[in-house]
Amino acid sequence: MPDDKSDRSPWYWLLLVPVVIPLMTFLYNADEPRLFGFPLFYWLQMAFIALGVATTTLVYRMTRRRP
Amino acid sequence: MNGHTTELVIFTLLFLVVSGMGFVAARWRRPKDIESLHEWGLGGRNFGSWITWFLVGGDLYTAYTFVAVPALVFGAGALGFYALPYTVVVYPLVFLVLARMWSVSHVHGFVTPADFVRARFGSPTLALVIALTGLVATMPYIALQLVGIEAVLKAMGITGHLPIIIAFAILAAYTYQSGLRAPALIAFVKDTLIYIVILAAVIYIPAKLGGWGSIFDAAKAKFDASPNPADGITLTAANQLQYITLAFGSALALFLYPHSLTGVLASKNRGVIKRNMAALPAYSFLLGLIALLGFMAIAAGTKPVIGATGKPDTNTIIPRLFDQMFPDWFTGIAYAAVGIGALVPAAIMSIAAANLFTRNIYREYLNKQATDAQEAKVSKLVSLVVKVGAVLCILLLDPQFSIDLQLIGGVIILQTLPAVALGLYTRWFHRGGLIAGWAAGLAAGMWMLYLIPNPANGKAHFGGSAFALKNLGLDTPMTIYAGFLALAVNLVVSVLATLAFRAAKVAEGEDATSRDDYFADEGDPRVKELDLSAAH
Repeated sequence: MPDDKSDRSPWYWLLLVPVVIPLMTFLYNADEPRLFGFPLFYWLQMAFIALGVATTTLVYRMTRRRP
Repeated sequence: MNGHTTELVIFTLLFLVVSGMGFVAARWRRPKDIESLHEWGLGGRNFGSWITWFLVGGDLYTAYTFVAVPALVFGAGALGFYALPYTVVVYPLVFLVLARMWSVSHVHGFVTPADFVRARFGSPTLALVIALTGLVATMPYIALQLVGIEAVLKAMGITGHLPIIIAFAILAAYTYQSGLRAPALIAFVKDTLIYIVILAAVIYIPAKLGGWGSIFDAAKAKFDASPNPADGITLTAANQLQYITLAFGSALALFLYPHSLTGVLASKNRGVIKRNMAALPAYSFLLGLIALLGFMAIAAGTKPVIGATGKPDTNTIIPRLFDQMFPDWFTGIAYAAVGIGALVPAAIMSIAAANLFTRNIYREYLNKQATDAQEAKVSKLVSLVVKVGAVLCILLLDPQFSIDLQLIGGVIILQTLPAVALGLYTRWFHRGGLIAGWAAGLAAGMWMLYLIPNPANGKAHFGGSAFALKNLGLDTPMTIYAGFLALAVNLVVSVLATLAFRAAKVAEGEDATSRDDYFADEGDPRVKELDLSAAH
């Protein structure tokens, strides 16, 4: 089969980033510094949503099959 | 009346409008023939990005989530926030897996995960095991949606069971009538209401309580004063591993639930799924904000409704917070959002459960020559039976029992991962090995859950999902998610048993799928034209 039919692309490895980072509790398990009153624990984990969206969108765009 | 008249009127009005939509949905996107299972159960499989986003979102973020997650944060603090990393991690994790599932399902006409397993491993027995696991895991989930509605009704001072029965009778009637179209259409309303309510809540309530900083400070003061060492606004040394494994384990489990797959398979092509994996985290943001309502309730000094047993019902915390903070008319809208939020997932779950029964039990064992029309008829009837069963669960059993079952459900659905998710990538496992692994994982999971007490409500067994590692003889206060450990047992046994079966030359099943099936997309001649209702 031609390569464009398979699910192989180096871009897909990037998907590991938003899977692994949000599970590393030492990155965010603290009260300070606060942002708008939110402890680090809460605002940084909310920020990881943006990381997930950005990475997934990038991977989708880079691996999209062109008609 | 009881001082909740305005709330009650608005709640009832919105509920009725939505129910009307449910019945009209049968005519939405004009199916020519709703009498086949694909048509009724998967909505014709032609949903585009927007509908899929609402449908899958409405399905995964349920009324129970909206009530239970903040209740957990209210009681335990940071640990309850696991729902956020869980829903961040899940989408990149399943990005490729679901696209493969979509392709192979569309080439072979699979409707349930058990359909796939049967064809992949040539084993009706393994398929039956997967189907039964799915059914057992889904049933209590449906019952829990009722717990969500009940929490709202209790907060309005309504205690009898009649309103719940009426609500579910309406739900049953329009699902019977419209199939998957009903929840897809209602999901629009549900999500719009939820977004409005939550955005209002996170702007208006902190302003009344002196800002976010003082909300978190109030929560910290409460947890510092409590005797429980595991609570707090950050994690402790003992529950970090629990936090990580619970978030990761829940992420692995989410798309193994048959009802999440139903929404995914109803999408039009692989691109729709991949785009949704990028867009669905918008709900995670919402969920994070909802979780923080638990802290607002602490800062506002909200007290839960005292249940019939004399114990406080923590699920009523958020409805009570709304009642305390919002004007009556807006509280009515907020309650309607939760109530309608229960209907969408309950409908999809009962459809998924019905599909499992019809495809993997009825057609496999009871009526091998079933026609499409017969299948659709059985499916519709089973979906009714499932909903009646859920109502009976709530009426006859302690709601705590449903909550326990749902906890167990999460652990057991994870045991289908080797066959369903790994099966999409590799045919290495032996069907006998997978059954052995499933049984071992299930046994290990039940044993661990049995050993977990809950000091908060005095239960000795099935008190939660945090398994203390000291039960295994390890000298540590750390806990771990029981489902995660059970899955590890499952994988080890699956591998060892596969090697053993192969050494003993036990027959391998036939694999009905081929490599290319996993990449096929819309427009490929092998992708079946199942959608009888071509888009307008």
